[in-house]
Amino acid sequence: MRISTQWLQDYLKLDIPADELAEKIERTAVEVDGVIRPNEGQKKVVVGHVETCEPHPDSDHLHVCQVDVGEDEPLQIVCGAPNVAAGENVIVALPNSWIGNHTKIKKSKMRGVKSNGMLCALDELGFDEKLVPKEVADGIFILPADATPGEPVFGYLGMDDEIIDMSVTPNRGDMLSMNGTAHELAAIYNQTPTMPTVDLHEDAADDVNGQLTVRVDADKHDVPQYKMRLIKNVHVQPSPLWLQIRIWNAGMRPINNVVDATNYVLMQYGQPLHAFDYDQLTDGQVNVRLAKAGEHLTTLDGEDRELLATDLLICSDDQPICLAGTMGGLDTEVTAKTTTIALEGAVFDAVKIRKAAHNHDLHSEASMRYERGIDHGMTVTALDAAAAMIAELGQGTVAKGVAVGRDEDVQPFEVTITLSKINHVLGTTLTSDTVLDIFKRLDFPTKLDGETYTVTVPSRRWDIHLPADLIEEVARLYGYDNLPATLPAGQPTIGKLNETQRVIRDSRKMMESAGLTQAISYSLTTEEKAKAFALSASDVTKLDFPMSSERTTLRLSLVSGLLDDLAYNNARKEHNVALYEQGRVFYSQPDQVRPKEIEHIAGAITGSMVKKSWGVAEQPVDFYQIKGIVAGYLKRLALAGTVSYVATSDMPEMHPGRTANIFVDETLVGFVGEVHPTTAKAYKIRETYVFELDLSALIALPKAQQQYQPISKFPSITRDVAMLVDDTVTNADVVALITDKGGAHLQNVTLFDVYNGKHVPAGKKSLAYTLTYRDQNATLIDDDVTAAFNKVLEALTEKLGAEIR
Amino acid sequence: MSLQDRLTELRDQGLADIQAADVLKKVNQVKVDLLGKKGPITEVLRGMRDLAPEERPKVGAYANEVRDRLQQAIDNRRAELEQAAVNKQLVVEKLDVTLPGREVPQGQPHVITQIITELEDLFMGMGYQIVDGDEVEEDYYNFERLNLPKDHPARDMQDTFYITKDVLLRTQTSADQPRSLENHDFSKGPLKVLSPGRVYRRDTDDATHSHQFHQIEGLVVDKHVTMADLKGTLTLVSKTLFGDQFDVRLRPSYFPFTEPSVEADVTCFNCGGKGCGICKQTGWIEVLGAGMVHPHVLEMSGIDPEVYGGFAFGLGPDRFAMLKYGVDDIRNFYLNDVRFLSQFYKKG
Ligand SMILES: [Zn+2]
Repeated sequence: MRISTQWLQDYLKLDIPADELAEKIERTAVEVDGVIRPNEGQKKVVVGHVETCEPHPDSDHLHVCQVDVGEDEPLQIVCGAPNVAAGENVIVALPNSWIGNHTKIKKSKMRGVKSNGMLCALDELGFDEKLVPKEVADGIFILPADATPGEPVFGYLGMDDEIIDMSVTPNRGDMLSMNGTAHELAAIYNQTPTMPTVDLHEDAADDVNGQLTVRVDADKHDVPQYKMRLIKNVHVQPSPLWLQIRIWNAGMRPINNVVDATNYVLMQYGQPLHAFDYDQLTDGQVNVRLAKAGEHLTTLDGEDRELLATDLLICSDDQPICLAGTMGGLDTEVTAKTTTIALEGAVFDAVKIRKAAHNHDLHSEASMRYERGIDHGMTVTALDAAAAMIAELGQGTVAKGVAVGRDEDVQPFEVTITLSKINHVLGTTLTSDTVLDIFKRLDFPTKLDGETYTVTVPSRRWDIHLPADLIEEVARLYGYDNLPATLPAGQPTIGKLNETQRVIRDSRKMMESAGLTQAISYSLTTEEKAKAFALSASDVTKLDFPMSSERTTLRLSLVSGLLDDLAYNNARKEHNVALYEQGRVFYSQPDQVRPKEIEHIAGAITGSMVKKSWGVAEQPVDFYQIKGIVAGYLKRLALAGTVSYVATSDMPEMHPGRTANIFVDETLVGFVGEVHPTTAKAYKIRETYVFELDLSALIALPKAQQQYQPISKFPSITRDVAMLVDDTVTNADVVALITDKGGAHLQNVTLFDVYNGKHVPAGKKSLAYTLTYRDQNATLIDDDVTAAFNKVLEALTEKLGAEIR
Repeated sequence: MSLQDRLTELRDQGLADIQAADVLKKVNQVKVDLLGKKGPITEVLRGMRDLAPEERPKVGAYANEVRDRLQQAIDNRRAELEQAAVNKQLVVEKLDVTLPGREVPQGQPHVITQIITELEDLFMGMGYQIVDGDEVEEDYYNFERLNLPKDHPARDMQDTFYITKDVLLRTQTSADQPRSLENHDFSKGPLKVLSPGRVYRRDTDDATHSHQFHQIEGLVVDKHVTMADLKGTLTLVSKTLFGDQFDVRLRPSYFPFTEPSVEADVTCFNCGGKGCGICKQTGWIEVLGAGMVHPHVLEMSGIDPEVYGGFAFGLGPDRFAMLKYGVDDIRNFYLNDVRFLSQFYKKG
């Protein structure tokens, strides 16, 4: 809503700079987007009187004009506008002037003829094309005959106005009018506003009855009020300049005196009005009803619209003529030929209008107001004001009486509240007088009984109906700056993370200290990617009405998002990337729409995690690097169960020979491995290793009981063994066997070498382990260790066919 | 030559030899030569047998003095030479300390996580519980229970991702607050919760819009919670996130779930309040929405608004990060370019 500060002077005596006023509105009422100064940055643009206007000798459309700009000598200016003519007052941009859009005008020559400035159209002074009246859009603007040559033009065009552009919140629809804003400012500045009065003369001999019949076939909730007036013998013509200025400074395009009058009253009262060409109605008959699905209406903009059953319609003889509250129909539009006006003043249901505006993508000044509600108490007044104005501007007459389709008894609303409640909620110690004064400034009649206020809220503030609403009025007019700043007192509470939150936080830190950087990817992806890398089979959760085909489905794994991140980095020549993500995945649950939300943690590494530097080569990541990260992380979770890695070739997105499922005892908690080369290619990434763990499951698993182990005072003895085994024998097989046969004092088995180079026969590999023996309570005897070690060697030879070296 | 003179001569010659020794080996040789069992001083002491008994202690004492003196000189010379050798070694070992160290790979938290963590810690310190609601929520909790009935303008279809008519991706983390309200036992004290998390809006991604972003919403309900408490809390948040020199101002606003509703502005970080392009010359930047919990919201959760009241606030970590670090495109937060992620080391 654009508020002209010049117009505001009709209501209030405000000798306050516009910026200050804007700031005050923002601090007390609604947000302000800015102050618009139409003449900002423009200089030396004056009224000129065209004394002579001759055709240019070398052009078929240019004219050479001698223009009086209040100086001793007229200025010669060449002009190409079709409507330039001697005797007219015009807008002159003098030499070295600045006009709209930071344009400088200099002396020039046009086809050999000197031109000392420029004659301007409105858009050249920075007018938005949408606001320029259509009849003046194709030429220069003609100023009134009484304009004084040499004077700046800004005052003649309302460009010296300062306009406050307010962004009105949905609850403050009352401020979508000059009246409402004036009431608000009156409360802020403690003034009594001068409100507009209506001076309506009805033609007593011409009764609306019998000429206009109005019937509402919709219910009271949808159409609480519907009234019409009849204005006759109207001359439809452009509005006087003062009215056009108010209209364009309010951000609307002047159309003609009838439409402008309805828009003017709309701006004043916030009451949308619609003017119909009475002669296009059938038998002066109007009815209002809901549309039938499949009906059509051609609206003012020439669009043929298929109507919906929720659309409220104005009809004549049951034929649609107007989409209520949003846009009129083309057939009953007021044109230059119109002489009789049927003028509608109505209240429509906010939800119905909102739906219609949304469904037909028709957002107008009228629909915007109906959507937020309007003052039901002002409909007739606004109708009268507009009728009077149309009659005056169009030299017409207003028929006697109002055709009423529906009337409504509008009463002020009473709300009670106590002083102690106000102070209790605000944390203030306001006195009763302070509060009474605020209600008085708002012009809310108030009765005080003890400490209870009974406040009569006028219909213009339909947003107020609860005590909390009154508290807001008191708070904002008292001033939020004046509120103290305290912290909640009351019984102390303990704030701490729960187990899940704590493990999640710790997990993040562990991943980061392992060299992975946290990524946050999109939860929504394609169905295909959502299903990829899933730990277990599940249906997916899909959006009903997605915004794009890239974001349709909630993810079942984090890895696929991380691979998208890697691809994004790869495409930008970042080939060394190590990321992890902690977040939710969404597994469907039987018989429920809402999926089960499970916390996961996943990582992806590609390239080298070690930066190439002097003396340090890049070390391409491999399976064992990511496995090391996972193993270190799982160790620190202190799970009671045993972690094992079981080779799997079941995941289609993963390398069949380089992927392991991760179990804690019998529970599958995740996987680790290399992304299948084909999958990698599809994602446009290079060799990549990933893991994903079900964090919710890990958190739920039992944790090891932590108990101090005394550190043995006795020395340990180690034995090394190197062996040749078949390629098919795994490290896990060997370690399991050694552990099983190692005896009571075997403390540790460490693999220290794996070799399958040229000194090893084909199909074999060499493995080497260190076995550490220790007795907690005594010094071990060498012979005992040797005996135990030999048992292991025997078992390895026997069970695994190992060839001890 | 008297024995004393002989000792003096040996002392002077020895001191000269010690000083002349330029390597440790030579110093050791001088020591053996002078003070050894077969050395001249031992020999002098052996000659004392020939002296008168009253002379012996005098000469003996002098001989000891000379020997100590020489020993001292040898020790000093040794230390000198050792030091010189170390010094020489140190010169050889000199490094270019400006060469980079061998890096141990270190990851780091996402900038959004940094902001959320900082706020979680601040609020836990004030006794708030952190609650994580579901991201897929019922329309009923996300909207209706927050005083946004079915036909409310703030919930137009285009703003929300629906799964079905009644199930949606939460548009605000406060969707979980009705549950917190329902489940809280007020006999055990006030409800103080902070809900950080992912939220979704049906938006086309561009520099300033993202269909996925984050929110942190706070809620306090007790018998006596005031708007002044809200102001104090928001001031603390701003000072924690931005710095002590930052002020907060409240302006009227509108949210269906609070009444009164306010918007909180913080002193412009860029110009410090003087006015600049970023703050549109106002000196203030809008960072949070807040208000006193609407009586209907309390009633719908079975709480008597005549007895209990509270405040709620919400802020967007994405927007905070954009403001604080001058990030000009919200998509940066979700595309995970390592050159972006690695920029935000510190929490301050
Ligand atoms: Zn600034």
